[in-house]
Amino acid sequence: MSRATEHRAGWIWASPFLVGAVVFLAVPVGLALYTGFTDYALIESPLWIGLDNYREMGDDPVFWQSIRNTAVYTAAAVALNFLVSLGLALLLEQRLRGREVVRAVVFAPVLVPIVASAIGWMWLYHQEFGLFNVVLRRLGLSGVDFLGDGRFALMSLVVMGAWVVGSQVLVLTAALRGVPRELIEAAGLDGASAIWRLRAVVLPAIGPALMFNLIVSIIWAAQVFAAPLVMTRGGPAGATQVFTMSIFQNAFQYGRMGYASALAWLQFLVILGLTAIALRLGRRFVQTEAV
Amino acid sequence: MRRSRLQAWLLYPLLVLVGAVWALPLFWMLSTSLKPESQALSADVGLLPVVVDAEGAPRSALEPAYWAEAAATAADNYTDVWTSPSADFPRYFRNSVLVASLSTLGMTLSSAIVAYALARLRWRGRQLVFGIVLATMTLPFTVLMAPQYLLFKHLGLIGTLVPLWLPAWFGGAFSIFLLRQFFLTLPKELDEAAEIDGCGRWATFWRVLMPNAVPALATVALLQFVASWNDFIAPLVFVNHQEQYTLALGLRMFQSQHGGTQWTELMAASVLTTAPVLVLFVVCQRFFVQGSASEGLKG
Repeated sequence: MSRATEHRAGWIWASPFLVGAVVFLAVPVGLALYTGFTDYALIESPLWIGLDNYREMGDDPVFWQSIRNTAVYTAAAVALNFLVSLGLALLLEQRLRGREVVRAVVFAPVLVPIVASAIGWMWLYHQEFGLFNVVLRRLGLSGVDFLGDGRFALMSLVVMGAWVVGSQVLVLTAALRGVPRELIEAAGLDGASAIWRLRAVVLPAIGPALMFNLIVSIIWAAQVFAAPLVMTRGGPAGATQVFTMSIFQNAFQYGRMGYASALAWLQFLVILGLTAIALRLGRRFVQTEAV
Repeated sequence: MRRSRLQAWLLYPLLVLVGAVWALPLFWMLSTSLKPESQALSADVGLLPVVVDAEGAPRSALEPAYWAEAAATAADNYTDVWTSPSADFPRYFRNSVLVASLSTLGMTLSSAIVAYALARLRWRGRQLVFGIVLATMTLPFTVLMAPQYLLFKHLGLIGTLVPLWLPAWFGGAFSIFLLRQFFLTLPKELDEAAEIDGCGRWATFWRVLMPNAVPALATVALLQFVASWNDFIAPLVFVNHQEQYTLALGLRMFQSQHGGTQWTELMAASVLTTAPVLVLFVVCQRFFVQGSASEGLKG
């Protein structure tokens, strides 16, 4: 087959993806950029209002609240998931009988539909009959209104998120396979020298995997939506009002597609920026090949 | 360096604890779905439902009568959900099967075609296209949901199931990536032998490469099926009639109607929604783990 026909064939065979990327990604993103400069309630055609949507954000208290909540959620979730996934990965790479079962159990939550796990956790967190509160009261402590108390609601969502850390654990265990066994086992239990070895040898060796997890984790946390929607609907008193929820409400409940598009673009830019920062920091701390 | 027995003994309880903690939410969901309402809404903690005999004394789980009565209670919960007048779970189930099957078929086929171009054909622009594939992985759906809604609205597809499976027919970044990596591991001689035998490109792809890529194709298909089955945001945004609800969306609507009260039914509905995926996981665990190790995207 000639080079010319192979060249043409390449573009033809790749065309499903290229067409899809234009139709379902580029066009919508472009459309949102335009709509973001308009007043658009879906019923009438969009009305150009320039930067008004972006200006309005500054005076929108819900906007600032959702930024704050999303920032706190992202920081807490990324940190907790990082620690939990690293701990689990080190534990699951120890030579222990039955670890295959535990590995599967730790991964299973990843496959549970988010609505189902959200409802399951609402039940665990239930103020009166939830398992956590029943146990707390048995221990003689007072119960906690995990989702109904503004001081705890956001952190309760963070804790639930750490339950779904299975894919990060898989990425780390795959990376740990490349580290000499004795080093990992020494990290299990061995006093101070183990911690030193962990920091000096094991962590640098799995640096790229940790970095990958960190970036994916930031992208996911920054767009958290389904769990707060189902479990708290942004409440109590806006304590779990996250950024994506504002986009959703403006677009589909308040009929403010223009403002929602502007918010979506802002989110796009922020996530892009965070990823770039994480990559840059990553290059500094991770000595091995590019992430 | 050899590990002492002591270390293993100390690590074991930790392993068991981790397993128990991670299994707990799902077990508790299942356990509640089997109980009568009065036992679920109580301060008694028990993994198994309590069954009392004629005198009011609790039966032991070793008696056959215990299991007969417990099964009857459980069946009540599940029947109530399945035949609930305020929801139509059989229909949601059919919709989910339809959407997940169509998107799985489209995703696997299209991604394999694109991956073939990226792994096997030599053409200028190949690196560029591969770069675009990787870049689209970081584009979050929440950014796209409002504009995609506008797009589907313009196309007159809001209120149909089409927006839920159509995009998959254009391939997906992760599936293309995974299949490309797999095709690269297959020996080049396969294609050359097929060409000598007079196979065109399509025949080489379909009769030679695809049969050799079954494990990778299975991984892509399973991950897509689960992603589509579990997807909640796309149905929430693109679907607006109850006849088109998928299970995930139907479960959410059921919850918002019955939230705060009927926990046993809610748990039964959650188990019904989750069970197909977990069964698939147990049966095909190998493929899931292979795929997700290189993915790490679902979170």
